[in-house]
Amino acid sequence: MMSDVNLKGRKVIVHDMCLRDGMHAKREQMSVEQMVKIATVLDDAGVPYIQVTHGAGLGGNSLQHGFAPHSNEEYLTAVCRAVKRTKVSVLLLPGLGTMRELQSAYDCGARSVHVATHCTEADTSPQHIAFARKLGMDSTGFLMMAHLNTPEGLAQQGKLMESYGAQTVYITDSAGYMLPADVNARVGALRDVLRPETEIGFHGHHNMGMGIANSIAAIEAGASRIDASVGGLGAGAGNTPLEAFVAVCERMGIETGCDLFKLMDMAEEIIFPIMDHIVRVDRSSLTLGFAGVYSTFLLHANRAAERFGIPARDILVELGRKKMIGGQEDMITDTAMTMAKERGLLKDAAVGVPS
Amino acid sequence: MKKIRCALIGSGNIGTDLIYKIQRSPVLEPVWMVGIDLESEGLARAREMGLKTTAAGVDGLLPHVLDDNIQIAFDATSAYVHAENSRKLNELGVMMIDLTPAAIGPLCVPPVNLREHAEKVEMNVNMISCAGQATIPIVHAVSRIQPVAYGEIVASLASKSIGPGTRANLDEFTYTTSNAIEVVGGARKGKALAIINPAEPPMMMRNTISCLTDETPDEPRIIESVLAMIKEVQKYVPGYRLVNGPLFDGKRVTVFMEVAGLGDYLPKYAGNLDIMTAAATRTAEMFAEEILAGSIQLKPVEFA
Repeated sequence: MMSDVNLKGRKVIVHDMCLRDGMHAKREQMSVEQMVKIATVLDDAGVPYIQVTHGAGLGGNSLQHGFAPHSNEEYLTAVCRAVKRTKVSVLLLPGLGTMRELQSAYDCGARSVHVATHCTEADTSPQHIAFARKLGMDSTGFLMMAHLNTPEGLAQQGKLMESYGAQTVYITDSAGYMLPADVNARVGALRDVLRPETEIGFHGHHNMGMGIANSIAAIEAGASRIDASVGGLGAGAGNTPLEAFVAVCERMGIETGCDLFKLMDMAEEIIFPIMDHIVRVDRSSLTLGFAGVYSTFLLHANRAAERFGIPARDILVELGRKKMIGGQEDMITDTAMTMAKERGLLKDAAVGVPS
Repeated sequence: MKKIRCALIGSGNIGTDLIYKIQRSPVLEPVWMVGIDLESEGLARAREMGLKTTAAGVDGLLPHVLDDNIQIAFDATSAYVHAENSRKLNELGVMMIDLTPAAIGPLCVPPVNLREHAEKVEMNVNMISCAGQATIPIVHAVSRIQPVAYGEIVASLASKSIGPGTRANLDEFTYTTSNAIEVVGGARKGKALAIINPAEPPMMMRNTISCLTDETPDEPRIIESVLAMIKEVQKYVPGYRLVNGPLFDGKRVTVFMEVAGLGDYLPKYAGNLDIMTAAATRTAEMFAEEILAGSIQLKPVEFA
């Protein structure tokens, strides 16, 4: 299926997510030194964009999403000073992050932004995208949980983001649910309606082991930007592993401008050693992909499972059934408590903890 | 019994839902509805329900204020026009209840500080935001027991219940609500998060309120305070319901709430809109009761 299109000579911009999506896998506990070290090597390996913030982006420091040891400004300032060629980007979810925080990130040196909304709610992003453009930032509209909308629906949402000023529109497979044909249809639908100069991106998660195959399918359908992370450091089973993606691109003649061997060395010597748990397709992360649940829910569900005695898989499947979306991490504890009550493991609503 | 006569400005979802709530009130009577589009569904419904209407904005109402003895007005338009609406009506002695994020008057959450505002005869009070109305009572229920260093709220809203104004100006919602968690809720620092969920059938409004206390939480007293506060809110929003918690985790107290609307004009899942209109109505009733009892008197405001 994938060999029908000859991609030789196609240029693709890779965007590393280790220092943003990877923060989720580190429970938001990366040090400034770790960030600077990783950013420096990515810069040296020719990765053109790297994203740096709390896992939930600007404004992410919260009880809901966890507190990082440093502010976004501290991470950004340190990384922006350390890199020479690579551009530093940030994530902004309207409803969580604000334009004040975007201004502050810009002042620290960020020059690109993913403005992210759920895949049906693009119209919550106009002021943020317009503001990013006003600052002169490389501005992306980022449609999350894209498996929950149809290709036609996504095309309309992408068109809205383009009208607000987005220069790139992303199909974001936050749950790692999609298969290559799903990606192809969605990217293709966007390509049909967006202006030729508007780029299309794809952000994958590896929960079903499809990160690289999905990214290639996206390129076939017209995407020119791919999010990935070295060693796959990211939420759930991680993002598309960047070094493996670059290797596949080399074999197919797709040009990324990245130094494959440097990236391989980096995965082995820097990223794998800092992982708190092995980021891979395992029972919980595969459940995310299979049930279509937001990848970031993984560690939260594991913690709720331990506290309330409900298996993480049961909680994740229930969250999928209730159609919970990114940002509703509070509903993980809530759902676990409700299930624990139903199973007689938790007593009184007004007490909340097992006695 | 005599009722205080009211005008509704803005003929959208909120304004239309207000007609139902005000008509049920023993002390309020909806008399005028103000819109800007003669063909709007809200104005048509207002006419059907016996209200006088104008499509000429607030200026269309001004000549009738004194003749029709309008004493309280609800503004459900936008932050951009509220200040001007308020000035024009305050000059005629009409008290304003602001449902926009403009917040030029003091912030009001009925069970927390309404009495204070009525006693001071504030001529403009602001209703903050739907998430503010749904969560600040709980923050206050904790902070009245012991000091709260940080209050954080997460509001999950059904996509169908969020209008274009809120969507295009989400930052205002974030700033206004975060500030009110501090000023009215009593947390030293406040943060508000909003999630818009498109699930079908639409989900009920959910709110999670977390507080970090300075000292270890006094669990029995906090539970008692939270449950008492929920009863207070239920007096005007019967669908305000505790789902889980209070959950104690070190110095963190977390309460999981749901808000079902009354289903007047807006569907039941839109508890977020219902709690705004219900809180605004409750606020107007308190002022109306005081006016009718003769304990306060509204006076025209002079602007320099």
